[in-house]
Amino acid sequence: MNENEKFMAKLLAYMKNKRSNLFREIRKNKISYLLIAPYCILFILFYLVPVCMSIGLSFTYFNILEPARFVGWKNYVDLFFADEVFLKAVKNTFLFAIITGPIGYFLALFIAWMINDIKNSKIRAFMTLIFYAPTISGQAYIVWKYIFSSDTYGMANGWLMKWGLTFQPILWFEDEKFIAPILIIVVLWMSMGTGFLSFIAGLQNVDRSLYEAGYMDGITNRFQELWYITLPAMKEQLMFGAVMTITSSFAIHDQLAALAGFPSVNYAAHTVVSHLIDYGTVRFEMGYASAIATLLFMVMILCNKLVQSLLRKVGK
Amino acid sequence: MAKAFKHKKRTKPNHSGVGDFFSIFFLILMGSFMALPLVLAISNSLKPLEELFIFPPRFFVRNPTLDNFHDVFVLMSQSWVPFSRYIFNTVFITIVGTLGHLFVASLCAYALAKHKFPGRNVIFWIIVTALMFSTQVTAIPNYLIMTKIGWLDKYLSLIVPAIAKPLGLFLMKQFMEQIPDSLLEAARIDGAREVTVFWKIAMPQVKPAWLTLIIFCFQDLWNLQGSNYIFSEELKTLPYALSQISAAGISRAGATSAVAVIMMAVPIIIFVISQSNIIETMASSGIKE
Repeated sequence: MNENEKFMAKLLAYMKNKRSNLFREIRKNKISYLLIAPYCILFILFYLVPVCMSIGLSFTYFNILEPARFVGWKNYVDLFFADEVFLKAVKNTFLFAIITGPIGYFLALFIAWMINDIKNSKIRAFMTLIFYAPTISGQAYIVWKYIFSSDTYGMANGWLMKWGLTFQPILWFEDEKFIAPILIIVVLWMSMGTGFLSFIAGLQNVDRSLYEAGYMDGITNRFQELWYITLPAMKEQLMFGAVMTITSSFAIHDQLAALAGFPSVNYAAHTVVSHLIDYGTVRFEMGYASAIATLLFMVMILCNKLVQSLLRKVGK
Repeated sequence: MAKAFKHKKRTKPNHSGVGDFFSIFFLILMGSFMALPLVLAISNSLKPLEELFIFPPRFFVRNPTLDNFHDVFVLMSQSWVPFSRYIFNTVFITIVGTLGHLFVASLCAYALAKHKFPGRNVIFWIIVTALMFSTQVTAIPNYLIMTKIGWLDKYLSLIVPAIAKPLGLFLMKQFMEQIPDSLLEAARIDGAREVTVFWKIAMPQVKPAWLTLIIFCFQDLWNLQGSNYIFSEELKTLPYALSQISAAGISRAGATSAVAVIMMAVPIIIFVISQSNIIETMASSGIKE
């Protein structure tokens, strides 16, 4: 009996304590919740709700004028079985994403790695600027339109004709053969981006003593050093760069539309985002466009998971 | 022992001269590929008309002139909204959006990084996932939301979504985590309120992160066309107005280059000024698994 009472008293004290802890927690957290409130409200309103709405709308027919009408999986079925242009857009997007994504990513990493080896800090800063400038220079990609202009005044045509390699100007952006390769070059040119800066910073932060230890352990060349020491030490930056690259390489559209036209010749530069913009802002078939947006989002998340599991293997 | 000492002297003993030669060669090659188009844009913007249309085309300008820039201003002054209005719109949106983003995102980042409260991990996980929301995915619902709350054709429709961009919050949070807790605790013991701790203690510690966030946000807003949400000519942005010049194609080749140079100059200058700080911030930008 005595023992039981003791236990009850203990339990009560414990609960009281726990309760007061909880109250204190809540009171303390009130400030935390207040601090995050402005951001979270805006974030929910303009990022979270739109993504959920997009998923919801993808099951409807919606043209803004009439109320949305539920149509089930029809939009998705149509996309895959009745929309040849969409399939072409998917093919193009994967072509661009698979070529420009990994190449851009590794090129950025490789170049950041080489820039990091430069001893003079002035030259290092200058090289960083050169590789990052195309990314921040807004619509400067329009200069490629001049380089690959379809008349004799374009750089590429002018030189090819001067050297006698061709006798009449090549219609770069009107010929399906050339559209994709040129655009891939342009996208690569622009895609150093955020990942690149992150890599530069990651490289600078690698603990120097790790290298010393590595030399003791018999690392004999710079590639071993990169794989066994540098990359594992900057895994977090690699991840950040990957997320940025995936997002941007699946969302390619603006550069393509500006250079190859929208819609492009025979849809040669038509990506999933082009298709989304076509249905969303030109045809006002919002339900259908939302289905495209939802698919795009899902593919990006999947890719991200894939890359995450690949990055776990770094340095092993 | 002697061997170890020798290694300590040379930080990179495994780098052969041949390897160095190839990496410098590769850097110069790639560097030219990156830089030449921008140099060409600048060179073109200075070319007089007869140099833009000669055969064979020349890379560098012979007789530089500012005619193209002059043309841009003449073309813009012909539109019924004065050119200064477009500049004001973009500058206004960019400054208000960037400062708003800096303040709101830092506030949230501070709480996420330095307060332990239920739900913080979930919130942060959602925001990391949101790094993958490209604007195109959210464009249509955003349009509907803007219509509902009556922000269509207002500056707000461009400024407010930029304030909640996930990238800035993410960078800020990673950086704030490195502030030593003892520093904040000391201020709290002195009786400072949490907002004061945030503003007076935490924020000055993360200045490099501000600059990074500012350049990212600035660059987005500076290039924002916003034609989806803005219909009134007098509210349209500078990139939108300038893209109308480029849209005229070959007949305005010189003016188009001038536009490209004007638009790229500002972000590049800001980047150069804040470069070292940006790199410092990006060092803590990693995503932990």
